Amino acid sequence: MGILKTFALGGVHPEENKLSANAAIEVLDLPKQAFIPLGQNLGAPSKPLVKRGEEVKTGQLLAEAGGFISTPVHSPVSGKVFKIENILNASGYKQMGIIINVEGDEWMDDIDRSDELSTNLDYSPEEIIEKVKQAGLVGMGGATFPTYVKLMPPPGNTAEYIIINGVECEPYLTSDHRLMLEKGREIVVGTQLLMKALKVDKAIIGIENNKPDAISHMSELVKNTEGVSVQALKVQYPQGGEKQLIKATVNREVPSGKLPIAVGCVVQNVGTAFAVYEAVQKNKPLFERVVTVTGKAVKKPSNFLVRIGTPVQQLIDAAEGLPDDTGKIINGGPMMGKAISSTEVPIVKGSSGILVMKEEESHRKTENACIRCSKCTYVCPMGLEPFLLSRVSRLGKFDIAEDEMIMDCIECGSCQYTCPANIPLLDYLRLGKNKTGAIIRGRGRTA
Amino acid sequence: MDDIILIAVAALGGVGLLAAVILFFVAKKFKVYEDPLIDEVEEKLPAANCGGCGFPGCRAFAEATVKAAKETKSLEGHSCPVGGNDVMQDVGKVLGLEVEAMAPMIAVIRCNGTPINHPAKVKFEGVTSCAFAHGLHGGEGGCQYSCLGLGDCVDACDFDAIHMNPETGLPVVNDKCTACGACVIACPRDIIELRKKGPKDRRIFVSCVNAEKGAPAKKNCQTACIGCSKCEKVCKFDAITITSFLAYINFENCTLCRKCVEVCPTSAIWEVNFKPRKPKADRPASVVEKATATKATPEKPIPLTIKVDNAQEDFKKEDNKIENKE
Repeated sequence: MGILKTFALGGVHPEENKLSANAAIEVLDLPKQAFIPLGQNLGAPSKPLVKRGEEVKTGQLLAEAGGFISTPVHSPVSGKVFKIENILNASGYKQMGIIINVEGDEWMDDIDRSDELSTNLDYSPEEIIEKVKQAGLVGMGGATFPTYVKLMPPPGNTAEYIIINGVECEPYLTSDHRLMLEKGREIVVGTQLLMKALKVDKAIIGIENNKPDAISHMSELVKNTEGVSVQALKVQYPQGGEKQLIKATVNREVPSGKLPIAVGCVVQNVGTAFAVYEAVQKNKPLFERVVTVTGKAVKKPSNFLVRIGTPVQQLIDAAEGLPDDTGKIINGGPMMGKAISSTEVPIVKGSSGILVMKEEESHRKTENACIRCSKCTYVCPMGLEPFLLSRVSRLGKFDIAEDEMIMDCIECGSCQYTCPANIPLLDYLRLGKNKTGAIIRGRGRTA
Repeated sequence: MDDIILIAVAALGGVGLLAAVILFFVAKKFKVYEDPLIDEVEEKLPAANCGGCGFPGCRAFAEATVKAAKETKSLEGHSCPVGGNDVMQDVGKVLGLEVEAMAPMIAVIRCNGTPINHPAKVKFEGVTSCAFAHGLHGGEGGCQYSCLGLGDCVDACDFDAIHMNPETGLPVVNDKCTACGACVIACPRDIIELRKKGPKDRRIFVSCVNAEKGAPAKKNCQTACIGCSKCEKVCKFDAITITSFLAYINFENCTLCRKCVEVCPTSAIWEVNFKPRKPKADRPASVVEKATATKATPEKPIPLTIKVDNAQEDFKKEDNKIENKE
């Protein structure tokens, strides 16, 4: 095998804790009430099309895209629209959403519900992009950027590679891993569709070496597929970041402030590739996804196929309940996830996992003074100086922060993870990034 | 030995003289004319350089006022919040203009989410910065409009005028407030507002910025404005408007009659520096009384009834009762 590829700069290797790696994907029961937020994508929130009391079917369009960078939202369940109201989202803010009282499970007629693999690639790029757009697809890795926007490179840029992100570098999470093992063939077809949409002939599926079964399984599947290859990668966080993955697979560096398309790459998550397959071949909009429920004290760490809008509580119940000494529940992985304030928040298109932390794990350690060990600089995958950026952010010197490229920070948290003085570096970086971003945007407005 | 000293003195003196001559001509050649009025105006200003006037520092404000005085013959739109009326009158005298007296302002905190009114449901651990916490989560008690209590306003204040009350977890503004507006900008939730101080420092305002519907707002916080419009109806001076379930009292129209305070069902409207009302049978208790009442309601003491003959046992029972109650 030789030396495995990885990205060039920094990175950390946290304890993997992939507790649910061997748990097959289970289909979770329908919720009694589905809470569907309208802002499930990066960009503008969607506009509701249904009214209170209206009967909806599974897969029916609930809300249309609210702008260019926006996606439609489809009903994950069938039933009656109970309310269109502010509902709590994962960050504890209230957001417009549609609440549906679930009755039965009647699907839209045009959705193909069979499990048969359909390998028909007889679509034009425009058709694929239109279907992806109509199905409300967003990046399933967590950033929830509308997929169809990524499939339309801005003028002057052409894609050469499509990179399928099966890295899943976050500890604990296994939803992509299980998806590759169980829906590998569909992912390959989805990849081929994406290649067709972007008119590229090379696709690389990047998988970290801690998933040998997925690597061998996917390699087997792509054997006879022209242009698609599987790339095993060294385990290194944050390899799942777009820029890191591009560096690791095709050895190109995305310039500061530019998108991956600038170096001819488009990165899509394996979940997205699967959703593309379903959208194009089965006419099925994005209304369910695989979510990992895990944690050291969770009795049954599992992977569930969950309808969007299912409350987190139901997932935890299905994993045999909340452990007694729970200190924190995190939406996402331990490195980049955010703690949620209530188990009533719904699963959205971007939720990849629910992590239940024990009380003893969930508290911050006491902050000490910086000892200038430069570990944070060493591990930063973007080549930044987190200690400096956090200091200038704390002091409010956002001009220096901008000069020192704070906007390049991908908020991976490697610096804070490695800091021996337990300084909340990422907190300050986020603060600084927020404020600097606001200053830059404000400048654009006045200029 | 003496020669060396003399040479050194002569050489340095020569260099100094030469430099002086050059500097003299340079200063003449590149002289920038500055209105002496600017210096005069600047002298009158408090030199706090707080930026409350909207200009970067007192010097810039002085320049702007002189320019405005020359061009428009009025100082409208230019006011030093720190110096207040007195300073602006002085500036007016320097510039030979009449300056209209303006009402003094003060920062008010429009949130009453104390631990009692707005109990925390989750605990936030992270850097003590409201701006960061605001970007991260909706708030410990569930109200996404509430004060985060991490003190960005305190850090922003140059005048030692705002402090956190450790008991309530809310900032408190004292008399040193100059209404420079630094805290208003610092607050990520727009809770702080500059309002007129009012006659005898008396003012009435809605101490809530929650724009949610009544039921969800009340669920998180006892003293949230629920947008019931009772105050709007009772106000005879059109001072109160309700937008998105939140009342706002316009201080231009408000006559400080305190009718709205009486009708507010959640005590969200505050009256400050008023004399306590005369107690009246049909009048509900004022805000201050209500607040203290909710705070200081002790658990009802369990009456001890001890019989002489089996006193011992009764004591035990009472003890148990108290424990159970607790």
